[in-house]
Amino acid sequence: MSSYRYSVRKTVYAFPDLKTLFARATPARSGDELAGISAQSPEERVAAQMCLAELPLTKFLAEPLIPYEQDEVTRLILDEHDACAFEPVSAMSVGEFRDWLLSDAASSSVLESLAPGITPEMAAAVSKIMRLQDLIAVAAKIRVVTRFRNTLGLAGRLSTRLQPNHPTDDPAGIAASIVDGLTYGSGDAVIGVNPASDNVASVITLLWMLDRIRERLDIPTQTCVLAHVSTQMEAIRRGAPVDLVFQSIAGTEKANRSFGVGLPLLEEARAQALELKRGTLGDNVMYFETGQGSALSAEAHDGVDQQTCEARAYGVARHFKPLLVNTVVGFIGPEYLFDGKQILRAALEDHFCGKLLGLPMGCDVCYTNHAEADQDDMDATLTLLGAAGVNYIMGVPGGDDIMLNYQSSSFHDALYLRRLLNLRPAPEFEAWFEERNASLPAVPELLEA
Amino acid sequence: MKIRDLREFTSARVNLGCSGCALPIAEVLKLQLAQVSARQAVHAKLDASRLALDVNSVCQDLIFVCSRAPDRVTYLRRPDLGRELNPDSRSLLLQKRGRFDAVFVLADGLSASALQAHAPGVIKASLRLLNPDDWRLAPFVVVEQARVAIGDEIGHCLGAALSIVLIGERPGLSCSDSLAIYLTWNPRPGLTDAARNCISNIHDDGLSYPVAAHKLAFLMHESRRRKLSGVELKEDAKALT
Repeated sequence: MSSYRYSVRKTVYAFPDLKTLFARATPARSGDELAGISAQSPEERVAAQMCLAELPLTKFLAEPLIPYEQDEVTRLILDEHDACAFEPVSAMSVGEFRDWLLSDAASSSVLESLAPGITPEMAAAVSKIMRLQDLIAVAAKIRVVTRFRNTLGLAGRLSTRLQPNHPTDDPAGIAASIVDGLTYGSGDAVIGVNPASDNVASVITLLWMLDRIRERLDIPTQTCVLAHVSTQMEAIRRGAPVDLVFQSIAGTEKANRSFGVGLPLLEEARAQALELKRGTLGDNVMYFETGQGSALSAEAHDGVDQQTCEARAYGVARHFKPLLVNTVVGFIGPEYLFDGKQILRAALEDHFCGKLLGLPMGCDVCYTNHAEADQDDMDATLTLLGAAGVNYIMGVPGGDDIMLNYQSSSFHDALYLRRLLNLRPAPEFEAWFEERNASLPAVPELLEA
Repeated sequence: MKIRDLREFTSARVNLGCSGCALPIAEVLKLQLAQVSARQAVHAKLDASRLALDVNSVCQDLIFVCSRAPDRVTYLRRPDLGRELNPDSRSLLLQKRGRFDAVFVLADGLSASALQAHAPGVIKASLRLLNPDDWRLAPFVVVEQARVAIGDEIGHCLGAALSIVLIGERPGLSCSDSLAIYLTWNPRPGLTDAARNCISNIHDDGLSYPVAAHKLAFLMHESRRRKLSGVELKEDAKALT
């Protein structure tokens, strides 16, 4: 362990170790303040950013923020690091890396082949010294394409997860929201229900219902019931039609344990899903959700700032070749992301880090009613993510999730973004929509076995 | 498609129509109104004296205390402070220490309006199901700027075997006054949510007072009998007919 110092005029700022330097350099965030690790002053923050900018990228390979012996996420990150892919930037400092990312030398294809050489800590470090326009400009160059029953992430496309939640998992209520969403062209990323109950039998009922609707209408998309991974695995064992396996993940072994998961369990779940061979165009079978603050919330952050923990969660995600990954950026509440400004910055950081690491990043642009945020903040976040080339956003009826009690993006928001930026749904879904949209059946008819 | 049918099936905001590709203005404003109502509920201050009046017919012995969060903004930023009593409150409760079977804690949580609106009804319905000879209840504790876990310290200070925390839930757009009840056996600082049982969604369109009270009484009796609460205690009360 080495310590770090940086002088600004006559003040010398000292940082005892790398994770402290990261935490001090990270833009202001209520969660890091809650953890007691953030910069004590704006000047200290900039000093830490200047210090960080001078560090060589190789530093993060030599000095893990959370010890290798202690944490399986650290082991995954370092064991899978691709030195060949890293080669083009291996001599750079964090600051030089930022400049290079913005240069024409860092083309789409160069960035694509670079991804396996970048670790979450490198991505987090460089994002901390990047302004919003940098985060947008670089992310916009990176396309990450994935496939299951359709093709997601192509240039000029914006997909949506249709999120038809219902407080009592009522099939007719869920079907009504699905029909509504389909008429707005929502649902090409996935039709995904957050179940109110994690009960295996009721999850299986929902899985069959979603699968029947998809088959009945012949929609080129995938369905998912976002129960705990172990519940979905049990559903697979009982013969339920599982397209994608979902799980919330975090960036430390301890935080993942608090979610009741670990790398071996996720590996097993993926193997089970692959065995079903339900994908027609590709075998990206995993769906992950993440969000800054989850590690601290589980008291499992180990002194690492929440944005770096989040990037480490992407290190977990990419190992499993997911179809979809989205940060649920404003869901966690104001003790982690206080207001619209913090939510906006976090959304763009998460999207950038995910894309740089090679993930098909989407974003649940959202907020809760105890955060200092409103629909204007959501519009700004949504629009900037669209400019940054986000793979998908959520589609919730009227933006009001009546089960999870928070505000997310609406079917209308997606139409706005598609029209504004001239984006279209996934090609297979777009073709289906043009042919079938006018002939969607009524809800009772849709629910008939 | 019979698109007008959709709203019969869900309270979600379906079938809203379009202006261009945006929401029509009436829907935009309705959403706006719901959002500010929810925000208002988050920032509303508890009217503790009115709450005392509202529960006066069933309990006159109330103690008023505060968490370590001095105001709403601090409360929202620092959940840790909302889980602990301020020093004065703590000494006040220690003075009232006794041997109690249970303590009812009335906490504002994220919606003081919810506590204000539903705590009196829930308490009255619950006390009807608890034999006073069988349940030695501590004075009721009204606590402001509180998170759920503050019930652990309150129960511990008072010497109560069970803490029953009635607390306002995070307001949503369709409902800004939803109340939850958390039950914890052998309350003491340091417990996690795994040690609690929760009855949530108590409001006009949600769980009714009699049903909530029925579930609570079941859990209280079972918790005392088995000397535990949380994941090992399942709420398995017979449905009310």
